[in-house]
Amino acid sequence: MAYYHSKNRLDTKAEQQNNVVFDVEGVKVYYDGFLALLDVYLKIPEKQITAFIGPSGCGKSTLLRCFNRMNDLIPKAKVEGRLYYRDRNIYDPKINSVKLRRQVGMVFQRPNPFPKSIYENIAFGPRANGYKGNMDELVEDSLRRAAIWDEVKDKLKAKGTALSGGQQQRLCIARAIAMKPDVLLMDEPCSALDPISTRQVEELCLELKEQYTIIMVTHNMQQASRIADWTAFFNTEIDEHGKRRGKLVEFSPTEQMFSSPTTKEAEEYISGRFG
Amino acid sequence: MTTIEQRDNYPKSAAEFTENVEKREKIGKVFEILFLLGLLLGLFVLALLLFDVLRDGLGRFLMPGFLTETPSRFPDRGGIRPAIVSSILLGIIVILTTVPIGVGAALYLEEYAPKTWWTAIIEINISNLAGVPSIVYGLLGLGVFNYLLGFGPTLISGALTLSLLSLPVIIVTAREAIRAVPDSLRYASYGLGVTKWQTISHHVIPYAVPGILTGVIISVSRAIGDAASLIVVGAVAFLTFNPGLFNRFMALPIQIYSYITRPEPGFANAAAATIIVLIILVLALNGMAIYIRQRFYY
Repeated sequence: MAYYHSKNRLDTKAEQQNNVVFDVEGVKVYYDGFLALLDVYLKIPEKQITAFIGPSGCGKSTLLRCFNRMNDLIPKAKVEGRLYYRDRNIYDPKINSVKLRRQVGMVFQRPNPFPKSIYENIAFGPRANGYKGNMDELVEDSLRRAAIWDEVKDKLKAKGTALSGGQQQRLCIARAIAMKPDVLLMDEPCSALDPISTRQVEELCLELKEQYTIIMVTHNMQQASRIADWTAFFNTEIDEHGKRRGKLVEFSPTEQMFSSPTTKEAEEYISGRFG
Repeated sequence: MTTIEQRDNYPKSAAEFTENVEKREKIGKVFEILFLLGLLLGLFVLALLLFDVLRDGLGRFLMPGFLTETPSRFPDRGGIRPAIVSSILLGIIVILTTVPIGVGAALYLEEYAPKTWWTAIIEINISNLAGVPSIVYGLLGLGVFNYLLGFGPTLISGALTLSLLSLPVIIVTAREAIRAVPDSLRYASYGLGVTKWQTISHHVIPYAVPGILTGVIISVSRAIGDAASLIVVGAVAFLTFNPGLFNRFMALPIQIYSYITRPEPGFANAAAATIIVLIILVLALNGMAIYIRQRFYY
């Protein structure tokens, strides 16, 4: 089976350059009793952008939702294996998923601002978590860092849902970074946006990686090649029940992934022969 | 003049379709008119009812003392104050008891309970309870509140019986409203490291409030207008004092019923006048709900 674990190679490469934030040790995801994602071994380097690419149904979003235990909210999904976040296995029953999600923020595929004011969209999370600092400053700072402050500073009381799609997504990013997280998970954050908004979000990601570790699922290979430092390619295969399941095929530095991928599957996908 | 059909370059594939657009649009028009007729018929009946009630009752309604005095043996004298006070008290108690219990039950079923066969059975049964005739609730109230809890035929027994009557509708509509809250909103909240209860209290409930209010209004209006269950529990037709929680009580529908069973013609007008009061009460309740819905920030 041309099933490629990049584990050993990355161990040396990633650790030379960066600390490891997430160490995925054989994580599998079952959906409705069927294996939907084959054992994944992967190390996510700190303060880098890691992109997950691959065709639909390859498990890239499913794996992303493992990093903040969002799969817990999907009744039919079950996760097995160990996933270390800075040396702690987050699938240890003793780990509190609420505390984990404060550290590991998420931006979703469709912008989902709360139907409240722009200010409240940012302030809700910190307030619910007992933030003691100056809320006005935090709101302004978060909106500035998400490159949306100039567009909304005069209408902080307007509803977040009244903004345009691209603005809503940047509001959601501001909302996530207001929690001062360690990691940002982004699940196809630009798929509902036009090219201009997409560019804004991409530039934002490049700025944010100075402070945060970013893991981004994307359908857009150009996007991965533009902004990611590391790229993981996932693919699908048919199991013995005739069901489709996902697997990690290759994990490489982005330059290498797009110039000389080590696996044939990745090469075919990237050269556009399928997918 | 050539029509499209006569042109030479008209695509050949057109021959494979009998488009018949005019006929299809005509069918659509027929249905549109049918639906309009349905609406007009409903409005007409309602207007007729209102007109009839106002014609019979407005004169009596406007007589001094109708709202403020106690009932009299004579159709043109006295008023319906005890019935008004009773109905308002009944409505308040029904709202105070059913809203927390009903919304709580709906929240548990939607947000906490696992989706298993036994929650499915509970769901079906609650929906069925919404269709049970009110007199059956009256018998239940008689057994539980009058005898078992020993309240006797008092206002509190009547109010709690009406609460039972209202609960299923409130639970069913509150569940619909809670289910209509998009999951993306819950995920957004959980993704910030927010607990389940914070998510429910800050996002799910506010988002569902308009839908919940609609259910509350429907079911409380039904309760306020219900006579059968209160007759069983022991509402009286004649009271010369304002009811208290643990006193004998009346209600507007009971008052109407008692008026129309009397032979003298003047009582029919008094009944119509009481109906006007009942309609105003229900309208006021609806107005309150609309006001709350508009004011609600979410």
